[in-house]
Amino acid sequence: MDKFTKLTGIAAPMALVNIDTDMIIPKQFLKTIKRSGLGVNLFDEMRYNLDGSEIPEFVLNQPAYREAQIIVAGDNFGCGSSREHAPWALLDFGIRCVISTSFADIFFNNCFKNGILPIVLPQDAVDVLMEDAKKGANARQTVDLEAQTVTTSDGRVFSFDVDSHRKHCLLNGLDDIGLTLEKAASIDSYEAKAAQAFPWA
Amino acid sequence: MAPRTLYDKIWDDHVAHEAEDGTCLLYIDRHLVHEVTSPQAFEGLRMTGRKVRAPEKTIAVPDHNVPTTTDRANAATMTEESRIQVEALDKNAKDFGINYYPVSDVRQGIVHIVGPEQGWTLPGMTVVCGDSHTATHGAFGALAHGIGTSEVEHVLATQTLIQKKSKNMKVEITGSLRPGVTAKDITMSVIGATGTAGGTGYVIEYCGQAIRELSMEGRMTVCNMAIEGGARAGLIAPDEKTFAYCLGRPHAPKGAKWEAALAYWKTLFTDEGAHFDKVITLKGEDIAPVVTWGTSPEDVLPITSVVPAPTDFTGGKVEAVQRALDYMGLTAGQKLTDIAIDTVFIGSCTNGRIEDLRAAAAILKGKKIKVKRAMVVPGSGLVRAQAEEEGLAQIFIDAGFEWRMAGCSMCLAMNPDQLAPGERCAATSNRNFEGRQGRGGRTHLVSPGMAAAAALTGHLTDVRELM
Ligand code: SF4
Repeated sequence: MDKFTKLTGIAAPMALVNIDTDMIIPKQFLKTIKRSGLGVNLFDEMRYNLDGSEIPEFVLNQPAYREAQIIVAGDNFGCGSSREHAPWALLDFGIRCVISTSFADIFFNNCFKNGILPIVLPQDAVDVLMEDAKKGANARQTVDLEAQTVTTSDGRVFSFDVDSHRKHCLLNGLDDIGLTLEKAASIDSYEAKAAQAFPWA
Repeated sequence: MAPRTLYDKIWDDHVAHEAEDGTCLLYIDRHLVHEVTSPQAFEGLRMTGRKVRAPEKTIAVPDHNVPTTTDRANAATMTEESRIQVEALDKNAKDFGINYYPVSDVRQGIVHIVGPEQGWTLPGMTVVCGDSHTATHGAFGALAHGIGTSEVEHVLATQTLIQKKSKNMKVEITGSLRPGVTAKDITMSVIGATGTAGGTGYVIEYCGQAIRELSMEGRMTVCNMAIEGGARAGLIAPDEKTFAYCLGRPHAPKGAKWEAALAYWKTLFTDEGAHFDKVITLKGEDIAPVVTWGTSPEDVLPITSVVPAPTDFTGGKVEAVQRALDYMGLTAGQKLTDIAIDTVFIGSCTNGRIEDLRAAAAILKGKKIKVKRAMVVPGSGLVRAQAEEEGLAQIFIDAGFEWRMAGCSMCLAMNPDQLAPGERCAATSNRNFEGRQGRGGRTHLVSPGMAAAAALTGHLTDVRELM
């Protein structure tokens, strides 16, 4: 997993609420057995016509946002299916950070496992970032994970909360499985205990 | 000890390690696996030379993109990509030595139907699957989470999940349901009341007389859609109905182990005075048969209502509702019962169990459908066999339904069972997102009885008028 430390990039505004994982990556692209290559199909049905041509109005098709690395989104981003293909597609496109007032649980978790930082901020802060993002390619926002801040293109700073364990993993690009296997002794002793207490399990 | 909720109890009994900041390793009793969200996880194990820690607690079944036509034994009925995924699961199950129900096995079906049916899912367990509707298993008083593929790999390798505890929410449904109102109407009405983000950060415990009066099938329907309400999991305390359902299942304990299990299961309830962070109460009598009109499961209204207007909402929802009405081809003020239906889909992990098929068949018996196409996709091969034995299959076939093999089918349309652009479907599944059942397809979520009613009249219909 790539580290996430500090990012300055273009932010794409997507004010729609309840953007679900079926929109982020429709199911016809879930048939892969790999993690990479999903970026071209990110937001596929919003982004392309049936004949495969681009829908020019869609934000990521606009010249200003083709290189976006941040999405500022409406409430409840990532709801629906648990498919990790959603963060894989975002990452493959180049998105490293999503900012919203709330995220669906599973999507939120999946982001951290893939080096994407999901940031929850109050409505008024998201409103400011959304307006800033609408200014286009020159409006670069800065996300500093160490300092836990987002800075608008004109210097307004918002602080955000992040779980300390997740922050640590993201800053250092650490793999969860490796960390857990260091605690194998605890798992062994739990299993021994459970075999006595719950022999049917 | 301070009074604890059901969630607190199951949680406490599964913590294998707790870090100072409260991050826990939660031990996982059952790991269910399907073909879509697992290939990259197994690939990860191979790349790192890791094994499956507890293959005997790991159960795999292909369901999402298997064909549901009766000629499916012929591999040519699958697209190249689907076949690769299913073959990858065949191989992974074999290489890693996990329990497996291949397409050719009569016990194959939707993973959330197979788990309970085979007795893998039992009260008090932790159950995970790389699928959000894992919440279904909460009906047994099991703590059941949907997880992502990285977490699938983590559970395969370590038999644990990294978790922080969620908050507790109680959803109480008092009194009894009125005739024609089902578990599906309960769970959709709750989402209508709380919104799709209302449960975010919570584990919901459903309780109250109306929940106790539901069968296990109905309870699974309720918990299934906890995720549509945003919750991490849904739970229902086990009782005599739960124990009766589990007794004698292939993987349920027997003899002395059964007795020990039963004694433990009887302790699985929320203590008097335990703290809930949020409480929602609905009156069972107030719940009507409901239907979704939009493209989010929270877009729910009683079948007697009209399509709402964007101006009935505030904030970001105004734009979302305008977009939903455009997508759904509906006009504000239109009566829901005036909406014409092209296709009816009965199936999915929400409503693909025997009781659901009985409810639909009761409405259809001796009548003919008016929609262009209608299909029943039983949740498992065993549900299918039982429905044939009970004569339900014949009722569906006589009415004009296609009688399919088990799988997810048109719930998510990864196989050829798809809606065409603009085609409108009354479906017993759980998601009405844009494109969910096929690009441009329009989905109205309903109960099995309501789906049958729509099939007979050709438009959304109040099932109570046909009872
Ligand atoms: S039936 Fe539908 S919701 Fe259930 S597991 Fe299959 S695709 Fe998911």
